[in-house]
Amino acid sequence: MNRCRTMLFMPGNNPGMLASAGSLGADIVIFDLEDAVAQAEKDTARILVRNTLTYLKPATEVTVRINALDTPYWKDDIDAAIQGGAEYILAPKCAQASDVHTLMGAIEEAEARTGTTKKLLLIALIESALGVENAFALATSHPRLTGILLGAEDLTAELGAKRTAVGQEILYARSRIVMACRAAGIKALDTPFPFVTDLEGLAADAAFSAQLGFDGKAVISPHHVHAVNEAFSPTAEQVRWAERVMVVARRAKEEGKGAVSLDGMMIDLPIIKRAERILSRAADTTETCNA
Amino acid sequence: MGNTTQASAGTLESNDILVVIAPGNGGEATVSVESIVMKQFGPAIIATIQASLAEHGLGGVTVTAQDKGALDCTIKARMEAAILRYKELHS
Repeated sequence: MNRCRTMLFMPGNNPGMLASAGSLGADIVIFDLEDAVAQAEKDTARILVRNTLTYLKPATEVTVRINALDTPYWKDDIDAAIQGGAEYILAPKCAQASDVHTLMGAIEEAEARTGTTKKLLLIALIESALGVENAFALATSHPRLTGILLGAEDLTAELGAKRTAVGQEILYARSRIVMACRAAGIKALDTPFPFVTDLEGLAADAAFSAQLGFDGKAVISPHHVHAVNEAFSPTAEQVRWAERVMVVARRAKEEGKGAVSLDGMMIDLPIIKRAERILSRAADTTETCNA
Repeated sequence: MGNTTQASAGTLESNDILVVIAPGNGGEATVSVESIVMKQFGPAIIATIQASLAEHGLGGVTVTAQDKGALDCTIKARMEAAILRYKELHS
Protein backbone atom coordinates (compact mmCIF):
# COMPACT_ATOMS: atom_id res chain seq x y z
CA MET A 1 0.00 0.00 0.00
CA ASN A 2 1.48 3.34 -1.04
CA ARG A 3 -0.62 6.50 -0.86
CA CYS A 4 -3.43 6.15 1.62
CA ARG A 5 -4.04 9.67 2.90
CA THR A 6 -7.74 9.32 2.13
CA MET A 7 -9.95 6.27 1.83
CA LEU A 8 -13.37 7.37 0.58
CA PHE A 9 -16.44 5.25 1.33
CA MET A 10 -18.86 4.81 -1.59
CA PRO A 11 -22.18 2.99 -1.19
CA GLY A 12 -22.00 -0.28 -3.10
CA ASN A 13 -25.48 -0.13 -4.57
CA ASN A 14 -25.28 3.37 -6.03
CA PRO A 15 -24.07 3.17 -9.65
CA GLY A 16 -23.58 6.91 -10.06
CA MET A 17 -21.37 7.22 -7.02
CA LEU A 18 -19.39 4.11 -7.89
CA ALA A 19 -18.79 5.43 -11.40
CA SER A 20 -17.53 8.78 -10.14
CA ALA A 21 -15.46 7.37 -7.28
CA GLY A 22 -12.15 7.45 -9.11
CA SER A 23 -12.39 11.15 -9.90
CA LEU A 24 -12.99 12.59 -6.44
CA GLY A 25 -9.37 12.98 -5.37
CA ALA A 26 -9.17 10.21 -2.77
CA ASP A 27 -6.08 8.03 -2.78
CA ILE A 28 -8.20 4.91 -2.30
CA VAL A 29 -11.94 4.36 -2.66
CA ILE A 30 -13.91 1.87 -0.59
CA PHE A 31 -16.83 0.19 -2.36
CA ASP A 32 -19.02 -0.60 0.61
CA LEU A 33 -21.07 -3.79 0.64
CA GLU A 34 -21.67 -3.67 4.39
CA ASP A 35 -23.41 -0.87 6.27
CA ALA A 36 -24.29 1.20 3.18
CA VAL A 37 -26.29 -1.62 1.60
CA ALA A 38 -29.71 -2.78 2.77
CA GLN A 39 -30.06 -6.45 3.67
CA ALA A 40 -32.41 -7.09 0.73
CA GLU A 41 -29.96 -5.60 -1.78
CA LYS A 42 -26.75 -7.43 -0.85
CA ASP A 43 -26.92 -9.54 -4.03
CA THR A 44 -27.54 -6.63 -6.41
CA ALA A 45 -24.84 -4.47 -4.81
CA ARG A 46 -22.28 -7.25 -5.03
CA ILE A 47 -22.90 -7.71 -8.77
CA LEU A 48 -22.86 -3.95 -9.35
CA VAL A 49 -19.54 -3.55 -7.53
CA ARG A 50 -18.01 -6.43 -9.49
CA ASN A 51 -19.18 -4.95 -12.81
CA THR A 52 -18.03 -1.43 -11.95
CA LEU A 53 -14.58 -2.78 -11.12
CA THR A 54 -14.48 -4.97 -14.21
CA TYR A 55 -15.76 -2.54 -16.84
CA LEU A 56 -14.98 0.95 -15.50
CA LYS A 57 -11.61 0.20 -13.87
CA PRO A 58 -11.54 3.19 -11.48
CA ALA A 59 -8.46 5.39 -11.71
CA THR A 60 -7.64 4.87 -8.02
CA GLU A 61 -6.96 1.78 -5.97
CA VAL A 62 -10.15 0.12 -4.75
CA THR A 63 -10.98 -1.57 -1.49
CA VAL A 64 -14.15 -3.61 -1.18
CA ARG A 65 -15.65 -3.55 2.30
CA ILE A 66 -17.17 -6.99 2.65
CA ASN A 67 -19.81 -8.06 5.13
CA ALA A 68 -18.72 -9.43 8.48
CA LEU A 69 -17.80 -13.01 9.25
CA ASP A 70 -21.04 -13.55 11.16
CA THR A 71 -23.15 -12.96 8.02
CA PRO A 72 -23.88 -15.31 5.11
CA TYR A 73 -22.48 -12.80 2.59
CA TRP A 74 -18.75 -12.40 3.14
CA LYS A 75 -17.47 -15.27 0.96
CA ASP A 76 -19.53 -14.13 -2.04
CA ASP A 77 -18.28 -10.58 -1.42
CA ILE A 78 -14.68 -11.82 -1.56
CA ASP A 79 -15.41 -13.61 -4.85
CA ALA A 80 -16.82 -10.39 -6.34
CA ALA A 81 -13.77 -8.38 -5.23
CA ILE A 82 -11.41 -10.92 -6.77
CA GLN A 83 -13.38 -11.20 -10.02
CA GLY A 84 -13.46 -7.42 -10.33
CA GLY A 85 -9.75 -7.05 -9.62
CA ALA A 86 -9.90 -4.94 -6.45
CA GLU A 87 -6.63 -4.20 -4.69
CA TYR A 88 -7.83 -4.65 -1.11
CA ILE A 89 -10.51 -6.21 1.04
CA LEU A 90 -11.62 -4.22 4.06
CA ALA A 91 -12.87 -6.70 6.62
CA PRO A 92 -15.19 -5.31 9.30
CA LYS A 93 -15.40 -6.32 12.95
CA CYS A 94 -11.96 -7.93 13.17
CA ALA A 95 -11.35 -8.69 16.82
CA GLN A 96 -8.69 -11.38 16.93
CA ALA A 97 -5.95 -12.95 14.83
CA SER A 98 -8.13 -15.96 14.06
CA ASP A 99 -10.54 -13.65 12.17
CA VAL A 100 -7.71 -12.69 9.83
CA HIS A 101 -6.70 -16.35 9.40
CA THR A 102 -10.30 -17.25 8.48
CA LEU A 103 -10.50 -14.40 5.97
CA MET A 104 -7.13 -15.12 4.39
CA GLY A 105 -8.00 -18.81 4.11
CA ALA A 106 -11.12 -17.90 2.14
CA ILE A 107 -9.26 -15.34 0.01
CA GLU A 108 -6.52 -17.82 -0.89
CA GLU A 109 -9.10 -20.49 -1.68
CA ALA A 110 -11.03 -18.09 -3.94
CA GLU A 111 -7.84 -16.92 -5.69
CA ALA A 112 -6.84 -20.52 -6.38
CA ARG A 113 -10.35 -21.33 -7.66
CA THR A 114 -10.47 -18.37 -10.03
CA GLY A 115 -6.87 -18.74 -11.15
CA THR A 116 -6.10 -15.06 -10.59
CA THR A 117 -2.48 -14.01 -10.27
CA LYS A 118 -3.30 -10.71 -8.57
CA LYS A 119 -3.04 -11.06 -4.82
CA LEU A 120 -5.61 -9.21 -2.73
CA LEU A 121 -4.32 -7.46 0.35
CA LEU A 122 -6.33 -7.25 3.54
CA ILE A 123 -7.16 -4.26 5.72
CA ALA A 124 -8.63 -5.13 9.11
CA LEU A 125 -11.31 -2.87 10.53
CA ILE A 126 -11.08 -2.78 14.30
CA GLU A 127 -14.28 -1.50 15.86
CA SER A 128 -14.60 -3.22 19.22
CA ALA A 129 -12.91 -3.11 22.60
CA LEU A 130 -11.62 -6.64 22.05
CA GLY A 131 -10.19 -5.65 18.68
CA VAL A 132 -8.35 -2.67 20.19
CA GLU A 133 -6.94 -4.86 22.96
CA ASN A 134 -5.76 -7.38 20.34
CA ALA A 135 -4.38 -4.75 17.96
CA PHE A 136 -0.78 -6.01 17.86
CA ALA A 137 -1.79 -9.67 17.55
CA LEU A 138 -4.04 -8.66 14.65
CA ALA A 139 -1.38 -6.46 13.07
CA THR A 140 1.13 -9.32 12.99
CA SER A 141 -1.34 -12.08 12.10
CA HIS A 142 -0.64 -12.43 8.35
CA PRO A 143 1.88 -11.08 5.83
CA ARG A 144 -0.92 -9.97 3.49
CA LEU A 145 -2.51 -7.81 6.17
CA THR A 146 -1.42 -4.39 4.96
CA GLY A 147 -3.17 -2.05 7.37
CA ILE A 148 -5.60 -1.55 10.21
CA LEU A 149 -8.47 0.93 10.12
CA LEU A 150 -10.08 2.11 13.32
CA GLY A 151 -13.87 2.19 13.29
CA ALA A 152 -14.83 4.55 16.10
CA GLU A 153 -18.60 4.57 15.74
CA ASP A 154 -19.18 0.95 16.73
CA LEU A 155 -16.38 1.17 19.28
CA THR A 156 -17.78 4.18 21.12
CA ALA A 157 -21.26 2.65 21.01
CA GLU A 158 -19.87 -0.45 22.70
CA LEU A 159 -17.94 1.62 25.24
CA GLY A 160 -20.97 3.72 26.05
CA ALA A 161 -18.88 6.79 25.18
CA LYS A 162 -20.22 9.91 23.51
CA ARG A 163 -18.70 10.48 20.08
CA THR A 164 -17.45 14.05 19.83
CA ALA A 165 -15.74 16.18 17.20
CA VAL A 166 -12.67 16.57 19.44
CA GLY A 167 -12.43 12.81 19.88
CA GLN A 168 -10.96 12.52 23.39
CA GLU A 169 -13.04 9.37 23.84
CA ILE A 170 -11.03 7.56 21.13
CA LEU A 171 -7.54 8.82 21.96
CA TYR A 172 -6.50 5.57 23.62
CA ALA A 173 -7.79 3.44 20.74
CA ARG A 174 -6.10 5.66 18.17
CA SER A 175 -2.77 5.61 19.98
CA ARG A 176 -2.96 1.88 20.55
CA ILE A 177 -3.57 1.23 16.86
CA VAL A 178 -0.79 3.54 15.68
CA MET A 179 1.60 1.83 18.09
CA ALA A 180 0.58 -1.68 16.99
CA CYS A 181 0.79 -0.83 13.30
CA ARG A 182 4.19 0.84 13.62
CA ALA A 183 5.52 -2.12 15.58
CA ALA A 184 4.19 -4.49 12.92
CA GLY A 185 5.31 -2.36 9.96
CA ILE A 186 1.83 -1.93 8.46
CA LYS A 187 -0.35 1.12 7.74
CA ALA A 188 -2.31 2.81 10.50
CA LEU A 189 -5.57 4.23 9.18
CA ASP A 190 -7.81 6.51 11.17
CA THR A 191 -11.56 6.46 11.63
CA PRO A 192 -13.73 8.82 9.55
CA PHE A 193 -14.83 12.14 10.97
CA PRO A 194 -18.59 11.58 11.31
CA PHE A 195 -19.90 15.17 11.43
CA VAL A 196 -20.34 15.72 7.72
CA THR A 197 -20.97 19.48 7.67
CA ASP A 198 -18.39 20.45 10.34
CA LEU A 199 -15.47 21.19 8.02
CA GLU A 200 -13.55 23.14 10.65
CA GLY A 201 -13.82 20.19 13.03
CA LEU A 202 -12.74 17.90 10.21
CA ALA A 203 -9.55 19.88 9.54
CA ALA A 204 -8.62 19.86 13.24
CA ASP A 205 -9.41 16.15 13.56
CA ALA A 206 -7.37 15.23 10.48
CA ALA A 207 -4.42 17.35 11.63
CA PHE A 208 -4.50 15.65 15.04
CA SER A 209 -4.71 12.25 13.37
CA ALA A 210 -1.60 13.02 11.29
CA GLN A 211 0.14 14.30 14.42
CA LEU A 212 -0.56 11.00 16.19
CA GLY A 213 1.24 9.17 13.39
CA PHE A 214 -1.57 7.74 11.27
CA ASP A 215 -0.78 7.21 7.59
CA GLY A 216 -4.22 8.28 6.43
CA LYS A 217 -7.86 8.50 7.27
CA ALA A 218 -11.14 7.12 5.99
CA VAL A 219 -13.69 9.70 4.83
CA ILE A 220 -17.44 9.40 4.42
CA SER A 221 -18.03 12.38 2.15
CA PRO A 222 -16.32 13.57 -1.03
CA HIS A 223 -16.36 17.04 0.60
CA HIS A 224 -13.88 15.73 3.20
CA VAL A 225 -11.27 14.50 0.73
CA HIS A 226 -9.37 17.72 0.12
CA ALA A 227 -8.94 18.70 3.78
CA VAL A 228 -7.78 15.22 4.77
CA ASN A 229 -5.38 14.95 1.84
CA GLU A 230 -3.94 18.28 2.91
CA ALA A 231 -3.56 17.22 6.55
CA PHE A 232 -1.61 14.14 5.51
CA SER A 233 0.60 15.95 3.00
CA PRO A 234 3.76 17.73 4.15
CA THR A 235 3.74 21.50 3.86
CA ALA A 236 6.22 23.29 1.60
CA GLU A 237 8.02 24.50 4.74
CA GLN A 238 8.35 20.92 6.05
CA VAL A 239 9.69 19.74 2.69
CA ARG A 240 12.29 22.54 2.60
CA TRP A 241 13.39 21.64 6.14
CA ALA A 242 13.64 17.94 5.25
CA GLU A 243 15.70 18.71 2.14
CA ARG A 244 18.10 20.82 4.22
CA VAL A 245 18.39 18.05 6.80
CA MET A 246 19.31 15.56 4.07
CA VAL A 247 21.95 17.95 2.65
CA VAL A 248 23.51 18.44 6.08
CA ALA A 249 23.38 14.69 6.82
CA ARG A 250 25.03 13.81 3.50
CA ARG A 251 27.76 16.37 4.07
CA ALA A 252 28.39 15.06 7.59
CA LYS A 253 28.68 11.54 6.24
CA GLU A 254 31.14 12.60 3.54
CA GLU A 255 33.22 14.46 6.11
CA GLY A 256 33.12 11.53 8.52
CA LYS A 257 31.30 13.51 11.21
CA GLY A 258 28.82 12.05 13.67
CA ALA A 259 26.15 14.39 14.87
CA VAL A 260 25.87 17.78 13.19
CA SER A 261 23.50 20.66 13.74
CA LEU A 262 21.05 22.63 11.64
CA ASP A 263 19.47 25.85 12.90
CA GLY A 264 20.65 24.94 16.39
CA MET A 265 19.06 21.48 16.26
CA MET A 266 21.13 18.33 16.50
CA ILE A 267 20.71 16.19 13.37
CA ASP A 268 20.94 12.52 14.24
CA LEU A 269 19.35 9.35 12.93
CA PRO A 270 15.77 9.89 14.24
CA ILE A 271 15.74 13.38 12.70
CA ILE A 272 17.06 12.03 9.41
CA LYS A 273 14.37 9.34 9.41
CA ARG A 274 11.70 11.97 10.01
CA ALA A 275 13.07 14.01 7.12
CA GLU A 276 13.07 10.95 4.87
CA ARG A 277 9.46 10.25 5.80
CA ILE A 278 8.44 13.82 4.93
CA LEU A 279 10.20 13.61 1.56
CA SER A 280 8.65 10.24 0.83
CA ARG A 281 5.18 11.61 1.59
CA ALA A 282 5.90 14.66 -0.55
CA ALA A 283 6.84 12.41 -3.47
CA ASP A 284 3.59 10.47 -3.03
CA THR A 285 1.64 13.72 -3.05
CA THR A 286 3.33 14.88 -6.24
CA GLU A 287 2.47 11.56 -7.92
CA THR A 288 -1.16 11.99 -6.87
CA CYS A 289 -1.31 15.49 -8.25
CA ASN A 290 0.21 14.37 -11.54
CA ALA A 291 -1.99 11.27 -11.86
CA MET B 1 -48.07 -7.92 -1.07
CA GLY B 2 -45.70 -7.90 -4.08
CA ASN B 3 -46.07 -9.98 -7.20
CA THR B 4 -44.55 -13.37 -6.39
CA THR B 5 -43.96 -14.38 -10.00
CA GLN B 6 -41.82 -11.47 -11.12
CA ALA B 7 -38.34 -10.37 -10.10
CA SER B 8 -36.77 -6.94 -10.20
CA ALA B 9 -33.43 -5.23 -9.59
CA GLY B 10 -32.20 -1.66 -9.64
CA THR B 11 -33.76 1.67 -8.72
CA LEU B 12 -35.23 4.77 -10.30
CA GLU B 13 -32.31 6.88 -9.06
CA SER B 14 -30.19 8.83 -11.51
CA ASN B 15 -27.59 6.66 -13.31
CA ASP B 16 -29.55 3.50 -12.50
CA ILE B 17 -32.12 1.32 -14.22
CA LEU B 18 -35.03 -0.62 -12.75
CA VAL B 19 -35.63 -3.90 -14.55
CA VAL B 20 -38.61 -6.18 -13.92
CA ILE B 21 -38.75 -9.70 -15.31
CA ALA B 22 -42.13 -11.43 -15.48
CA PRO B 23 -43.33 -14.68 -17.05
CA GLY B 24 -44.09 -14.28 -20.76
CA ASN B 25 -46.07 -16.26 -23.26
CA GLY B 26 -43.39 -18.86 -23.77
CA GLY B 27 -42.14 -17.55 -27.11
CA GLU B 28 -39.34 -15.06 -27.57
CA ALA B 29 -38.58 -12.62 -24.77
CA THR B 30 -40.41 -9.31 -24.94
CA VAL B 31 -38.38 -6.26 -23.96
CA SER B 32 -39.94 -2.91 -23.24
CA VAL B 33 -37.77 0.08 -22.32
CA GLU B 34 -38.46 3.62 -21.14
CA SER B 35 -35.38 5.81 -20.97
CA ILE B 36 -34.37 9.43 -20.56
CA VAL B 37 -31.93 8.76 -23.40
CA MET B 38 -34.22 6.58 -25.51
CA LYS B 39 -33.53 8.50 -28.67
CA GLN B 40 -29.75 8.16 -28.39
CA PHE B 41 -29.30 4.80 -26.66
CA GLY B 42 -32.64 2.94 -26.81
CA PRO B 43 -31.51 0.25 -29.28
CA ALA B 44 -28.24 -0.27 -27.35
CA ILE B 45 -30.12 -0.69 -24.04
CA ILE B 46 -32.47 -3.24 -25.61
CA ALA B 47 -29.50 -5.10 -27.12
CA THR B 48 -27.76 -5.24 -23.73
CA ILE B 49 -30.91 -6.59 -22.07
CA GLN B 50 -31.36 -9.24 -24.76
CA ALA B 51 -27.68 -10.21 -24.55
CA SER B 52 -28.03 -10.65 -20.77
CA LEU B 53 -31.05 -12.92 -21.21
CA ALA B 54 -29.17 -14.99 -23.78
CA GLU B 55 -26.04 -15.18 -21.64
CA HIS B 56 -28.03 -16.56 -18.72
CA GLY B 57 -30.20 -18.82 -20.88
CA LEU B 58 -33.49 -17.17 -19.97
CA GLY B 59 -36.18 -16.98 -22.67
CA GLY B 60 -39.93 -16.60 -22.88
CA VAL B 61 -40.12 -13.77 -20.36
CA THR B 62 -41.24 -10.17 -20.40
CA VAL B 63 -38.68 -7.56 -19.39
CA THR B 64 -39.77 -4.04 -18.51
CA ALA B 65 -37.03 -1.50 -17.91
CA GLN B 66 -37.12 2.10 -16.70
CA ASP B 67 -33.75 3.66 -17.39
CA LYS B 68 -32.40 6.78 -15.71
CA GLY B 69 -29.16 7.02 -17.64
CA ALA B 70 -27.46 3.80 -16.54
CA LEU B 71 -24.10 2.84 -17.98
CA ASP B 72 -23.84 -0.44 -19.85
CA CYS B 73 -22.11 -2.18 -16.93
CA THR B 74 -24.95 -1.09 -14.64
CA ILE B 75 -27.59 -2.45 -17.04
CA LYS B 76 -25.71 -5.73 -17.17
CA ALA B 77 -25.45 -5.84 -13.37
CA ARG B 78 -29.14 -5.13 -12.82
CA MET B 79 -30.14 -7.67 -15.46
CA GLU B 80 -27.91 -10.34 -13.93
CA ALA B 81 -29.35 -9.70 -10.47
CA ALA B 82 -32.95 -9.76 -11.73
CA ILE B 83 -32.35 -12.94 -13.75
CA LEU B 84 -30.82 -14.74 -10.75
CA ARG B 85 -33.73 -13.62 -8.58
CA TYR B 86 -36.23 -14.71 -11.25
CA LYS B 87 -34.62 -18.13 -11.57
CA GLU B 88 -34.68 -18.59 -7.82
CA LEU B 89 -38.38 -17.70 -7.74
CA HIS B 90 -39.16 -20.19 -10.46
CA SER B 91 -36.84 -23.02 -9.43
